[in-house]
Amino acid sequence: MDSDKTLVALAGQPNCGKSTVFNALTGASQHVANYPGVTVDKMTGWYSHDGRKVEVVDLPGTYSLTSYSPEERVSRDFILLEKPSVTVNVIDASNLKRCLYLTVQLLEMEIPVILNLNMMDVLRNRDMKIDVDALSRQLGIPVVPTCMKCGRGKQEMRDAIVRTVAALRPVSTLHIDYGEMEPLLRDIIERLSTESSLAERYPLRWLAIKLMEGDSEVLQVLRGNLTTADGLIGFIESSRVAFEKEQSEKPEMHIARHRYQTAETIAKTCLTLPVDAKRPLSDRIDSLICHRVFGPVVMVGVIWLLYYLAIVQGYHVTNYTWPILAKLRMLAEALLPEPGFIEIPLICSFTLWVVDSANALLNYIPIFFILFGLIAILEDSGYMPRMAFIMDRLFSRYGLHGQSTLPMVLGGIYVGGCAVPGVMSCKGIPDERSRMATILIIPLLNCLAKVPLYVLLINIYFAAHKGLAMFFISTISLLLVLPVSKLLTMTVLRDKGTSPFVMEMPPYHIPSLRGVLGRAFERVWLFIRKITTIVVAVAVVIFVLLQFPGIGAERMAYYHSRKDEAVADFAKINRNTPYAEALAGDGLMDLVRYWESYKDKRMIAKSSAAVAGLNAEFEVRNPLFFQLVQPNEDREAKKVNRALKKLVKERKGLLRSMRKERIDRSFLGMAGKWLEPATQWAGFNWRVNVALLSSLAAKESSVATLGALYEQQSDGETLEERMAKSEAGFTPLHALSLMLFMVLYPPCLATAMAVKLQSGSVKWMLFSICYPMLLGITIASLVFSLGRALGLSGLQAMFGFYGMALTFTLFMGFFSSKQNHTQH
Amino acid sequence: MTLDQLKPGSEGIIKKISAWDKLGQRLMDMGVYPGQNLKVIRNAPLNDPMEVQIEGYYVSLRHDEARFVEVG
Repeated sequence: MDSDKTLVALAGQPNCGKSTVFNALTGASQHVANYPGVTVDKMTGWYSHDGRKVEVVDLPGTYSLTSYSPEERVSRDFILLEKPSVTVNVIDASNLKRCLYLTVQLLEMEIPVILNLNMMDVLRNRDMKIDVDALSRQLGIPVVPTCMKCGRGKQEMRDAIVRTVAALRPVSTLHIDYGEMEPLLRDIIERLSTESSLAERYPLRWLAIKLMEGDSEVLQVLRGNLTTADGLIGFIESSRVAFEKEQSEKPEMHIARHRYQTAETIAKTCLTLPVDAKRPLSDRIDSLICHRVFGPVVMVGVIWLLYYLAIVQGYHVTNYTWPILAKLRMLAEALLPEPGFIEIPLICSFTLWVVDSANALLNYIPIFFILFGLIAILEDSGYMPRMAFIMDRLFSRYGLHGQSTLPMVLGGIYVGGCAVPGVMSCKGIPDERSRMATILIIPLLNCLAKVPLYVLLINIYFAAHKGLAMFFISTISLLLVLPVSKLLTMTVLRDKGTSPFVMEMPPYHIPSLRGVLGRAFERVWLFIRKITTIVVAVAVVIFVLLQFPGIGAERMAYYHSRKDEAVADFAKINRNTPYAEALAGDGLMDLVRYWESYKDKRMIAKSSAAVAGLNAEFEVRNPLFFQLVQPNEDREAKKVNRALKKLVKERKGLLRSMRKERIDRSFLGMAGKWLEPATQWAGFNWRVNVALLSSLAAKESSVATLGALYEQQSDGETLEERMAKSEAGFTPLHALSLMLFMVLYPPCLATAMAVKLQSGSVKWMLFSICYPMLLGITIASLVFSLGRALGLSGLQAMFGFYGMALTFTLFMGFFSSKQNHTQH
Repeated sequence: MTLDQLKPGSEGIIKKISAWDKLGQRLMDMGVYPGQNLKVIRNAPLNDPMEVQIEGYYVSLRHDEARFVEVG
């Protein structure tokens, strides 16, 4: 290791304030990455102390150091393999005994440890006292009391780190006596030291204890390093069996009990408890928060507040941030070559498409920022375990977990969530199977981007029952998600490991502003870095699929002749006017662009002062053109103005037809037509198919593509009117089937990336894209074909389907999927 | 008697943990091991899981898991 760099590991149990210590030590210089092969975050931070660079790695919070969870394995491997100069064990001073259970395990690894007694304020509030010197003496390591939340103890901690590093690996003298197991441990150590060279890399006593615990990872190490492993493993196995028989206690239990006894003995001598312990405040709060009636009411209130602040208020904030993104787009537009009459350079449409795709996502950042901030508050306050406590019974029936509540709320249990933060917040679910089930079903909830299509279809086809239809679509997703989750759990996720629910209900805390904002920034940044780049990359692919092979030469010649006609018509009127000379050649195109730019800006100029300013600006830019834009009473100018209006309209029409033709002939258009025989059972024609295919990158595109496909006939016609007119054969039943497909639509790219991050595999990401598509087309086909065969109206089919989904959900809830706990 | 049979408000001493592997380890790591006093604080609104207090801290677990904790 670099001699002027110090590596420090932070270890501690969950809820001990470890991240506060980490933030206090390292400040803003932090970095998040993944440990190789697992979806556990690796937080690294830096600071310099007396000219030395100190690197701090915040290990995941774990209660113990077994090999049962990836977090514990990662922590253990880091300590043993990366060999940090010192490990700081952060503990909650008010919960000494249980925290020391981890401390003694760290000491058994024979590494330099500093004990950080954090949250001294809580200790004082509870009238408890700890004899720091006695504790330090008993453990044989330095002990530093701090209250990092109130800013006390940072310097002392940094000093202690330097001192411990300089003292050259002082190892604790603490020795846990495992009683009846000691002779066996001695035998194993003896054999390990004669039969292997593992002593160079691992503390042998620790290995021996782990082997007696039956630790699968350590057994692997043995197999990988020892030629005589089989003999030794056989010896250990028979020792374990013999021990259990003699002591009538599992060796694992024996070891854990002795560790607790040691922790208890130490805690007893160092800790003074108040004479009359009050009932803790958290417990009193919980009698309301977890109350049979008020508990769920409070929870609904919290969820409502989350939606209100993030989605409703966050949406308001986007009104202020959107102009910034629009400016970005204008900037890009200004840098691009100018468009011709009907020849739009590919680079223009391409760049704008990419900018638009990125903007569509970046527009959500205010919402995400508020959401992530609120999640951090929920996490830090300690409310999350209560939410899990309340909802676990319901969700566990469907293969989910109490802790699936927040991800599902974020994903959009009612209308208007977002799957990205939903999937990202699945990280905390300890049960692998439930976590995967939650990740896979979240995209089926109602995210914000699905709403425009619902609104469009409901306005056209369920105009008389808008409220009812909206209620249907808002709640149907939950009724689909629960049985789907159950089915996934019983099939593809069957072999995934499960974990016990057993969960600490930590005391409530008031979250710190720094912690909350820090986490919100960090997660938004992760989103921008990891997700936006991929979305842009795929936007490029979709662009190519929508643009190519493009319009054929023959058709292009036709459009050119239409253009020439239009220009000739204009020239005829313009011939003998004072403007003729200026509008010859390129002059005409300059005027068209001048006109368009004026009209665009005129649309957003609201006050009369703004209009006057705009007029003045354009008059200075080109006084001659300005006369044509604002002809006033000049007859000649008025005549040309009218001709120009006609020309501009003709150009717009041509561009639109070309765009439509390009999509019609594009690869995606071909795919849409090719899929029509299959999708006709769901009532989707090729246009709908193209709209659905183009939404693969982002669902917002569905409405935009439909807008391009249903060519505008006259100005001011809404998409609703256009769609209703162009799709005469479309009935409410078609609309219902399309909406149901949209509910089950595959995750957008951003979500797919989040799925990949959280599941840690491309395979699951692909699965999360494919299964909703199959499920969606199946359900849409069933509803449409059955509805048509039975002659049902859209509304009747809607009610019928709702009833069926409800029955099926209840039915699936009755199957209980028992977890198997080994019993002896 | 096993822990899942205890009603809110009742107390007991842990006699034995009859599960091992993940559940047993997890219970142990959370401080649920023989010899400890525990008190059932409450059941969740839908009756499951339950919350128990052990030596000053609070742990919630499903009844299905509490079956493996023998109390006296």
